[in-house]
Amino acid sequence: MSKSSTLWSDAIYRLSRNKAAMFGAFILFILIICAALAPWIAPYSYSFQNLEIGASPPSAQHLLGTDVLGRDLLSRILYGARISLLVGFVATGVALIIGVTWGIIAGYVGGKVDSVMMRIVDVLYGLPFIIFIILLMVIFGRNLWLLFGAIGAVEWLTMARIVRGQVIGLKNQEFVLAAKAMGVSNISMFRKHLLPNILGPIAVYATLTIPQVMLLEGFLSFLGLGIQPPMSSWGTLIKDGVESMEEYSWLLIYPGLTFTITLFALNFFGDGLRDALDPKTTDN
Amino acid sequence: MLSIFLKRVLLAIPVLLAVASLTFFLVKLAPGGPFDADKAVSPQVLKNLNEAYNLDASQWEQYVDYMGGIIRGDFGPSFRYPGRSVSEMIATGLPVTFELAFYSILIALLIGITSGVLAALKRNTYLDFIPMAIAMIGICVPTFLMGPLLVLIFGINLELLPVSGWGQLPGDKILPSITLGFAYAAYIARLSRGGMLEVLNQDFIRTARAKGLTEKNVVIKHAMQGGLIPVVSFLGPAIAGLLAGSFVVETIFQIPGLGRFYVEAAFNRDYTMILGTTIFFSAMIVFFNLLSDLAAMWLNPRSRDA
Amino acid sequence: MKMYFKNMKNLYLISFLFLFSCSSSLTPVDDGLENQIFHFGNGSEPQGIDPHIVTGVPEHHILISLCEGLTIPNPFGDGNLPGAAESWLISDDGKEYIFNLRKDALWSNGSKVTANDFVWSWKRILTASLGSQYPDMLYYLEGAYEYHNGQTNNFDDVGVKALDEYTLKVNLKEPTPFFLGLLSHYSTWPVHKDTVLKHGTIDDRNGEWTRPGNFVCNGPFNLKTWELNNKIVVEKSPTYWDAKTVKLNEIHYYPVSNVMTEDRMFRAGQLHVTSSLPSQKCPIYLEENNPDLRIDPYMGTYFYRLNTSNPYLSDVKVRKALAYAIDRKVLVEKVIRCGQIPAYSFTPPGSNGYEPDTSIPYNPDLAKDLLNEAGFNEDNKFPKLEILFNTNEDHRKVALAIQQMWQQNLGIEVELVNQDWKVYLSREMVGDFQVSRAGWIGDYEDPNTFLDLMRPNRGNNKTGWEDSEYDSLIMKANSTTDQEERYKLLNQAENILIDNMPIIPLYTYVRSYQLSPDVKGYNPHILDHHHPKFIYLERD
Repeated sequence: MSKSSTLWSDAIYRLSRNKAAMFGAFILFILIICAALAPWIAPYSYSFQNLEIGASPPSAQHLLGTDVLGRDLLSRILYGARISLLVGFVATGVALIIGVTWGIIAGYVGGKVDSVMMRIVDVLYGLPFIIFIILLMVIFGRNLWLLFGAIGAVEWLTMARIVRGQVIGLKNQEFVLAAKAMGVSNISMFRKHLLPNILGPIAVYATLTIPQVMLLEGFLSFLGLGIQPPMSSWGTLIKDGVESMEEYSWLLIYPGLTFTITLFALNFFGDGLRDALDPKTTDN
Repeated sequence: MLSIFLKRVLLAIPVLLAVASLTFFLVKLAPGGPFDADKAVSPQVLKNLNEAYNLDASQWEQYVDYMGGIIRGDFGPSFRYPGRSVSEMIATGLPVTFELAFYSILIALLIGITSGVLAALKRNTYLDFIPMAIAMIGICVPTFLMGPLLVLIFGINLELLPVSGWGQLPGDKILPSITLGFAYAAYIARLSRGGMLEVLNQDFIRTARAKGLTEKNVVIKHAMQGGLIPVVSFLGPAIAGLLAGSFVVETIFQIPGLGRFYVEAAFNRDYTMILGTTIFFSAMIVFFNLLSDLAAMWLNPRSRDA
Repeated sequence: MKMYFKNMKNLYLISFLFLFSCSSSLTPVDDGLENQIFHFGNGSEPQGIDPHIVTGVPEHHILISLCEGLTIPNPFGDGNLPGAAESWLISDDGKEYIFNLRKDALWSNGSKVTANDFVWSWKRILTASLGSQYPDMLYYLEGAYEYHNGQTNNFDDVGVKALDEYTLKVNLKEPTPFFLGLLSHYSTWPVHKDTVLKHGTIDDRNGEWTRPGNFVCNGPFNLKTWELNNKIVVEKSPTYWDAKTVKLNEIHYYPVSNVMTEDRMFRAGQLHVTSSLPSQKCPIYLEENNPDLRIDPYMGTYFYRLNTSNPYLSDVKVRKALAYAIDRKVLVEKVIRCGQIPAYSFTPPGSNGYEPDTSIPYNPDLAKDLLNEAGFNEDNKFPKLEILFNTNEDHRKVALAIQQMWQQNLGIEVELVNQDWKVYLSREMVGDFQVSRAGWIGDYEDPNTFLDLMRPNRGNNKTGWEDSEYDSLIMKANSTTDQEERYKLLNQAENILIDNMPIIPLYTYVRSYQLSPDVKGYNPHILDHHHPKFIYLERD
């Protein structure tokens, strides 16, 4: 029996006892289902305007009210979920791929290669990435793919550091040395021995990065650099809501609440994961 | 340690130059020039303007010119505001952003450390849950949501505080600092709680308590030094984040800081201003990261690069 | 331990309460009333205050208090009042103007304002190397265009001369009936020669002569302080020839770019007047009869440009179809809802008494027929159209509404592309667009400021539409001195324009803003020019 399975079953057990984390997971699950099924469950199209009624408070026809152009808020939030979650997951995915690869190579190969690779990380760490993202969005336009890439390119650094740290820790453990002695190829090494053991911290960090990314997207939307209309992410919905918060408060409350709850859920779940995998930081 | 410090400083210089060069060419790629205006500029006038600002020289020539200028500390004139040099504009905006960042960090540290340490000491009681829940709110509610809400409550409904400005009316520095500082207070609270928990479990704390030292002594003199290391390491990236957050806060509260200058320069294609502020921000961030790493190292000689 | 932290928390609580209670209850508006200080929301940080270099509206608001041209806008009616010139004579053929300058007019440093000052100033703006973006204001002068374009190096060839210390003679190429109106634009205002030359050459754009302490001009106020991105303060000038009429002591200009923040500042009593209004607030303020709301007529048209070089838009039938499929009433009543007026002509009706008789019906059936006539139907679908606009709430709303109208009425699919300001401008300039949102505010009170735009070879045309009959009608009109005759010609030109529809007029602008009831003498003006010497603060 390899070490990793005991670690996992332990972790899962601990995680399931963590009420906050389970609650978070539940919320996320509902959210993802809603977002995926949005085109089918949303009562209206996200762009359909009803200029006659303009902004109206929640009612029977519009459960969460409408915005100034008469567009149904509930539908826009559902579609917005797709965008925001998409940005969150994809950008984090980009960060993950770059960061994990970087970290594994640096940690495993070690020596000069490691030195150089981490130097680069250190240097990049110190740059004002926000500035570059803003510049990129301003120069190349508000392209969704560019947004993914730009955000992902910012978040991969910490991931690389964490992964490298883990790999170094594992590299010198007995089971790895034994495998090496038996002549296991490097690729098998990664797949069978290293990857399962670093999945934990990766999962934790990824879960905690997603809310960061979503906040960043909201931030860019607020500055006018986010998604193009008529599509909108939660970030743009909140921005619009802020502008009408006094007269049409529902335009701010519902998107704001949804956004905050989602971030809560992600953070609770991520915290739970971390506590489950690393018992030292729990309250024993 | 001095050698590490020097090494990092030396490394910073080529990094900054690389940043400057990258930004220079990025900005030149941007469509739209600094002189595009609603009323179309006649070709003759455009030619004159380009000549006046040396924009008709080759890219390479402009680059060399510009880099030479930076080394001398001359960032050139602003394109958008004729008659103002970029250095002058940075000099006007910087102290304001600094002050905002300073107050925000102060609030963040005070609230964050106190709550975090208290939560660690009173683990699993209400004094743990409540601050941590509030901390979670601080992390999950974005600044661009919190700011306007605070303005609505305290500025308009209760009419207690001014809704904008910095240094114009008494009390106008409060809301912006709280808005910006609160998110960081949240992170710091969590970090200090985590750090303190780790330290408090260690043997030397038990020894100190057994020796009969007062709780106050134990916590402040012994535990905090180690427990707050994560907070100190966090300060470097925090300052970086603060500068970014300042863009939003300065826009909401009309604060004449560097963040707002930068965003406007980007939208106005004020090439020299964009370059100047980017280099400046980079330099500041490199500097603060260095400082915070040094501080962390000083507090705990065991912390190295792994 | 518990005690220690409890005390800390109490300390915080107390200090916060203390800070809160420190806030003053006397607002800037209250204080302004006592000291005659006018707090002005100015929209954005001005580029500068050199009247020959700047191009925007916020700059205008500041310059009108600092400098004075030959004439000033009339807050009590149409036309212009005497400014630096106390009277003038126009020759019968309309090509020669003699201005008699005030003998008691002084610069802020005490020296006299003379005719030579104007000659030198106009030379400055026509100096090519200065790179002014408004030299065409003076192109109506003899020889001005040639001088600016380097065809002659001798400024004596230009039609402006100082006959003596206080007499200015101006010679125009054509009898330009709107010449006096042009003089209200800051590009024609004077600058103080010695001050400019002390800090740089005549064509130095970056000279320091505009700094507080250096700046000299001939207006009712002087530049006192300038805090970048924060506040500009001007104070009453004792040397202004009409200082006895000026009641304000100071004007504070705030460059507030965020409309929501500006609205909050006004409601918190920090501003006397705002530069604009958040778009969603207007209908609300209208509904609740907000007494501070002002909606003034404004000489501007909001329209869509059509790129006639585009193969599908080159057919006039298509263009007219697009225009007839838009319900302008719905746009102004349901979408922007701030008292705007649907536009059925390019020039706003009533511009200096000009009433165009053009019309654009809202007729979806006719529109559909026209589209079919142009060869587009079920089998040959009209391709997707792109509307380009700069990032702004109102533009977005209008574009969204029109997207829906064209979809419903014509079955045309529309894509919205919004870019930030600079990119939008450069795309329009190079013709990289199909339909593009545009707005034009008159530079002076005369229909020519609109119709001139669409003439061939005009940089601001941008549609690629050229019509020689249109061009010659306008040229003829500009040499006609009889107003009735002139307006008939212009109306003919306007009809040609609407018949060809290279642009689709949508609505006439209004100036919407908030004004404190303490402000007196701030009357609606069609070009939004408010001369500060008539403004004062008084509470009923």
